[in-house]
Amino acid sequence: MTTSIEVKNLQKRFTLRHNRSLKELMVAAVRGKDLSDTFLALDDVSFDVQEGETVALLGFNGSGKSTLLKLISGVLRPDSGTIGTRGRVAGLIEVGAGFHPDLTGRENVYLNAAILGLSQTQVEQRFDEIVAFSEIEKFIDTEVKFYSSGMFIRLAFSVAVHSDPEVFLIDEVLAVGDEPFQRKCLDRVRELRDEGRTLVIVSHDLDMVADLCDRGILLEKGVVVADGDTRVLVDKMRAS
Amino acid sequence: MNPEVPLTTPGYGHGLLDVFRRRYLLRLIVRKELRVRYRGSVLGMAWSYVKPAVQFLVYFVALGIFMQLSGRIEDYAIYLFSGIVVINFFSEGFGNATRSVVWNAPLVRKIYLPRELFPMASLWVSAVHFFPQLVVLLVGTLIAGWRPGLVELAAGVLGFVIVALLSLGLGLLFGAINVFFRDAENFVDLIAMVATWASPVLYQWEMVQGALPGWLFTLYQLNPLTAAVELFHYCFWFPATAGAAASPPILMPPNMWMFAGIAVLVSLGTVLIGQSVFRRLEGRFAQEL
Repeated sequence: MTTSIEVKNLQKRFTLRHNRSLKELMVAAVRGKDLSDTFLALDDVSFDVQEGETVALLGFNGSGKSTLLKLISGVLRPDSGTIGTRGRVAGLIEVGAGFHPDLTGRENVYLNAAILGLSQTQVEQRFDEIVAFSEIEKFIDTEVKFYSSGMFIRLAFSVAVHSDPEVFLIDEVLAVGDEPFQRKCLDRVRELRDEGRTLVIVSHDLDMVADLCDRGILLEKGVVVADGDTRVLVDKMRAS
Repeated sequence: MNPEVPLTTPGYGHGLLDVFRRRYLLRLIVRKELRVRYRGSVLGMAWSYVKPAVQFLVYFVALGIFMQLSGRIEDYAIYLFSGIVVINFFSEGFGNATRSVVWNAPLVRKIYLPRELFPMASLWVSAVHFFPQLVVLLVGTLIAGWRPGLVELAAGVLGFVIVALLSLGLGLLFGAINVFFRDAENFVDLIAMVATWASPVLYQWEMVQGALPGWLFTLYQLNPLTAAVELFHYCFWFPATAGAAASPPILMPPNMWMFAGIAVLVSLGTVLIGQSVFRRLEGRFAQEL
């Protein structure tokens, strides 16, 4: 077995600073008040994910799931602890996925795919397939800021699956599309799973993740409180 | 998957090296910047001709004619324009590189890519705007009888390299700071404004030497932009004017090459400092934007 994701003693603290104009800084200095108000989002989180595992990150709002996913994707850096990933990582983080609002769908497909590490020929080869999967051919030359959130995520999801990732991170994106598209995405996710790719999924749709993922990691206020069979964890969450 | 593939730490790149490795991505970002810039504009790229042309006209009329600098400096139009293109390249490259990370917040927040790509792409964009101006300058100098030698051409290239390195270094430095303090943008605008006057673009170095004490004049010459502007004068203006005469009067400042060498070192140093500060702050970009 090969480790796909290795997380060790991860800690992430956010600074909640609201104002830092000169006036505010002066007032704070005079009164001896510390402006930095911090919030511990993740505390001593450790786990390994083996290649081909499907893991659900579970927990209520504010438990640190999304932060953890951002750390694994490299968007954020941990304050302490280490993360290692093996192979190409594609992430759909909070319905954003790295699209630029001022570019058209077509331009974003190229840009996003290149960011995920595809070469020019690879993008050109897969372009039609990506657009076909997203089913938004008609709007492909429209700037994505005019897209509905459903269209946005269709395209983002489509680029991400077609980038052929070894590790696929999905944060709460399947909730946006309509039912037929959700089903199509889930089928695709299952295909990826069956191909032996590593999946980490964050979702509040507990039935869906229980069905999709074998293993669950339950977070509570930034701490891992349970790690095991997803169904057992989901029942535990519902009971609390 | 092949277990030989090593575990990598996400979110840590190789800085500017990654930019060279991912040229296709850089090209896409440059194209994106140009597209976004001229979105909804009728004139589009033509604006990059119009702005310097107007700037040139204003300076030429006010300084060259009203203040009669064209009487004192031969071929003042070429002298002026060859300096203006340098400063424009610097101001645009530096200014946009400073804003580049904040402008690309939608990308920085959601996906990891080497963030040095953004300042680098801004520099490319300003180079794209520099070349049409260069063409205009070349036409002007050819009309004035420009016959450059190899050394003069090399001086022009060196001047360009100095400004590119300097803008990149400062752009990385201020681009990173700008994420945390938007004051950087305003500060950079100030620098750009001062830059036009703190190098011999509108006037000649002799006027500065006459007015400043020796050490201050040395400091003035240590400014990498002064060196770059003088190199451009040496490239485009000198061979077209008095340099073409049999026994040219002294028109270029003394130790021009020495100060050019120092400027290269200073610019390289700026790139190193900019890169190291950028890398140190990069880890907090996504959460601050």
